[in-house]
Amino acid sequence: MSDLTKLTLAGARDALKKKEITSTELTGAYLKEMEAAAPLNAYVTVTADKAMEMAKASDAKLAKGEGGPLEGLPLGIKDLYCTKDVLTTACSHILDGFKPAYESTVTANLWRDGAVMLGKLNNDEFAMGSSNETSHYGSVVNPWRRKGSDAKLVPGGSSGGSSAAVAAGLCLAATATDTGGSIRQPAAFTGTVGLKPTYGRCSRWGIVAFASSLDQAGPIGRDVRDTAIMLGSMAGHDEKDTTSVDRAVPDYEAVLGQSIKGLSVGIPKEYRVDGMPGEIDELWTRGIEWLKAAGATVKEVSLPHTKYALPTYYIVAPAECSSNLARYDGVRYGLRVDGHDITDMYEKTRAAGFGAEVRRRVLMGTYVLSAGYYDAYYLKAQKVRSLIARDFAEAFSEVDVLLTPTAPSAAFAIGEKTDDPLSMYLNDVFTVPVNLAGLPGISVPAGLSSDGLPLGLQLIGRTFDEETLLKAAYAIEQAADFKAAPEAWWKA
Amino acid sequence: MTTMVSDFERTMRKREARPEDLIKGQTGDWEIILGLEVHAQVTSNAKLFSASSTKFGAEQNTQVSFVDAAMPGMLPVINRYCVEQAVRTGLGLKAQINLRSVFDRKNYFYPDLPQGYQISQYKHPIVGEGEVVLDMKDGRTVTVGIERLHLEQDAGKSLHDQHPAMSFVDLNRSGVALMEIVSKPDMRSADEARAYVTKLRTILRYLGTCDGNMEEGSLRADVNVSVRKPGTPLGTRCEIKNVNSIRFIGQAIEYEARRQIEILEEGGSISQETRLFDPKTGETRSMRSKEEAHDYRYFPDPDLLPLELLQDDVDAIKASLPELPDEKKARLISEYGLSPYDATVLVGEAARADFFEAVAKGRDAKLAANWVTGDFFGALNREGHSIEETPVTAKQLGELIDLISDGTISGRIAKQVFDSMYKTGRDPAKIVKDEGLQQVTDFGEIEAAIDAVIAANPDKVEQTKVKPQLAAWFVGQIMKSTSGKANPRVVNEILARKLGLSSDG
Repeated sequence: MSDLTKLTLAGARDALKKKEITSTELTGAYLKEMEAAAPLNAYVTVTADKAMEMAKASDAKLAKGEGGPLEGLPLGIKDLYCTKDVLTTACSHILDGFKPAYESTVTANLWRDGAVMLGKLNNDEFAMGSSNETSHYGSVVNPWRRKGSDAKLVPGGSSGGSSAAVAAGLCLAATATDTGGSIRQPAAFTGTVGLKPTYGRCSRWGIVAFASSLDQAGPIGRDVRDTAIMLGSMAGHDEKDTTSVDRAVPDYEAVLGQSIKGLSVGIPKEYRVDGMPGEIDELWTRGIEWLKAAGATVKEVSLPHTKYALPTYYIVAPAECSSNLARYDGVRYGLRVDGHDITDMYEKTRAAGFGAEVRRRVLMGTYVLSAGYYDAYYLKAQKVRSLIARDFAEAFSEVDVLLTPTAPSAAFAIGEKTDDPLSMYLNDVFTVPVNLAGLPGISVPAGLSSDGLPLGLQLIGRTFDEETLLKAAYAIEQAADFKAAPEAWWKA
Repeated sequence: MTTMVSDFERTMRKREARPEDLIKGQTGDWEIILGLEVHAQVTSNAKLFSASSTKFGAEQNTQVSFVDAAMPGMLPVINRYCVEQAVRTGLGLKAQINLRSVFDRKNYFYPDLPQGYQISQYKHPIVGEGEVVLDMKDGRTVTVGIERLHLEQDAGKSLHDQHPAMSFVDLNRSGVALMEIVSKPDMRSADEARAYVTKLRTILRYLGTCDGNMEEGSLRADVNVSVRKPGTPLGTRCEIKNVNSIRFIGQAIEYEARRQIEILEEGGSISQETRLFDPKTGETRSMRSKEEAHDYRYFPDPDLLPLELLQDDVDAIKASLPELPDEKKARLISEYGLSPYDATVLVGEAARADFFEAVAKGRDAKLAANWVTGDFFGALNREGHSIEETPVTAKQLGELIDLISDGTISGRIAKQVFDSMYKTGRDPAKIVKDEGLQQVTDFGEIEAAIDAVIAANPDKVEQTKVKPQLAAWFVGQIMKSTSGKANPRVVNEILARKLGLSSDG
């Protein structure tokens, strides 16, 4: 990283306001870093010209002392977000060449506030994956390596491009999406902060849908403050999304540093899963001690239906995705493989356009919704989902936030789990219940594994109580004092 | 809709066909059991989940939003007005309004279905059970139960005739709001099915919730037909899809019932299937069997929250409902003393009934009804005019009736005046004055005319003395010489005196 790209989002914002730097310089520095980081494969589309144009416009505003809260700050955008006239593929072959004629609400909010777009970030195809290995454009490589090893590791997924780009200094912050852990797990794997807001906090309009009842936009940033700033711009009610909620967006940054004295923190006992590495358990214990030391009270709580969360998720999410992905049929946009009749065209297009993981989930989803199976799978899953949400509601009658590990392990090697979908799915064991209940969650880097990889702690909050969540996350961040950074081996 | 099959088959409806509605077969009489699913396009400027226009006849693919084309990341937002229209219709059908209903996705692939699913309502429709009262030609009424009404999206249109090797798709209709109105299997003849669609269309038009225009596809019916020997359990039914005229509905039912009876009488059995009606041949043919039926994989649409209505809003819509055909008919009978037949004819269109009432107000109701349903409707039909296009206003027709009632013109002259009014749109009083059509009641003038006829026909005068009936010949001649303007009562009186007959003879 250059000195410019070492700044946090908040730091760069302040430097721009003080006219110590310009957005053009900052954006130029990022574009240079991005070029040098091609081996990480974090970006699938670089919008250098657009970035420089936006930066110049921001500089003009900043020179006059004007500009929005993100004026001149260069960001990376997950390829799941539709960006007007800019290639948007959700990293699927089936969206080949698709340039939307519209801008997603969340990115439009960012541009409204002055942010600069550097490009589109790699992700698992249609956000289906936990390692960013299902992207049509290839795996993203984690900037972090194990001590003494040059094995390529995954950056987590599905927002692997976002997490790798933030960790490697290829953008100030990134947008991401989280359906079952796709913001928090990649953040944990890369030593970054990932915030999944309450379902309904950010508009889903213009974000390529995976599972509509679970998908939620959120930021990945270098630290808690940066994610708080990002969320402030991304969030807000949108009449175009019926599931977005009409609530004022608080000043999230303002709560950082407020005392957490008296905060009640719950430790869900069911999250002590079998086979969890000792160092994850130790990290969790350290987290508890940090919060206690900051004045919080800690108590054990029970979320009895936790063990059903993964199976429930792997019914609900594929069911919704099987229907959401039906529109990719080769008729109107994206890939078309000609066939001898319409059915043949559909089959050839979808067989060629979707990767193996997407096909697996579409098949699972089609199966669980089929006549004769709906009640046994989908309907049952919806009932269990209600019970999982009720578990959280009951826990939150006793405590203000929950503390858990983000993922059961550190980053693993590329190719290590691709043949074992179940072990891949287990990566989301701590994050999936939060999506099922629609709650906000955040992953904060809290330490390193024995082989030098970052590990994250997750905080889970009450619906629309991102403020308490951020306050507690900031306390953990202060206590953890996580300063480690990956070596820029990709530049060698 | 295949999901209603079990209900359809489980329900043993009490109603039995009248003997004259039974179909004679080789092995005895057969009863037809009919249920209809009517798709009615909601009258609304915008689509069910997008702001695109719904105007008919626009250039292809010019009324398509990103939502209608199912672009990635697009989300549906319910159109409040369409919901109100569905509630209004439900209330008009005297049906249960469900304060909570749910939109589901009905999944299937078709090029004119961009999302790969239709947003519809499956388990929790917005409207539940109601009823429609049919007015049959012979004056009897038949009550048909409504099972449910739900809101759903229309699909686009595949165009197969634009290119030799390719099909095109027009998405203008994609996402337009439809109400699917499902009847109970309560109809027992093609006449009843026709009367049902006619009445339903009248109610929808009164409510302003569907224009009922079948040529433009605003109203289409799926007809479920089965046959049975009276008193036996329901037979297997076939569904005839998308019949788009009332005449075709009748034809399709008659063909399909005979087809089923023929199969059964030859010892065969009916296989449950979806069929299509071909208006060219008047026949139905198989479209897909039960085995080929889609598995629609319905599930609640996660992009839309359950639809919650407030009772107060429903009450407000109820309070704003117009007078509906059944109530209007009852009122016309009691208020104006009309026959049920005249009243039924008048309420078929609200504008016709309104026209009648404007004419009848303060006048002889029977005379007004005769003029409105007779000469006036006759002229509209002859000229192919709708009531809205009438060149004669209700006020003008009322004035014409006044001219008859006060003796200014005779009924015969009135017909002449009416024709002139219809052609020119002029006021009747002006026509009568300009063309000198006032009835002549002046004794001297009439007497002179009579004297002239008598003087010119002495032989006829002699004959009349023997055969008094011949007086009518004189009346005809006098009316002719006065261009019909002579008051017939005065003519009779004077003529009788002149010919030496008693005037009442």
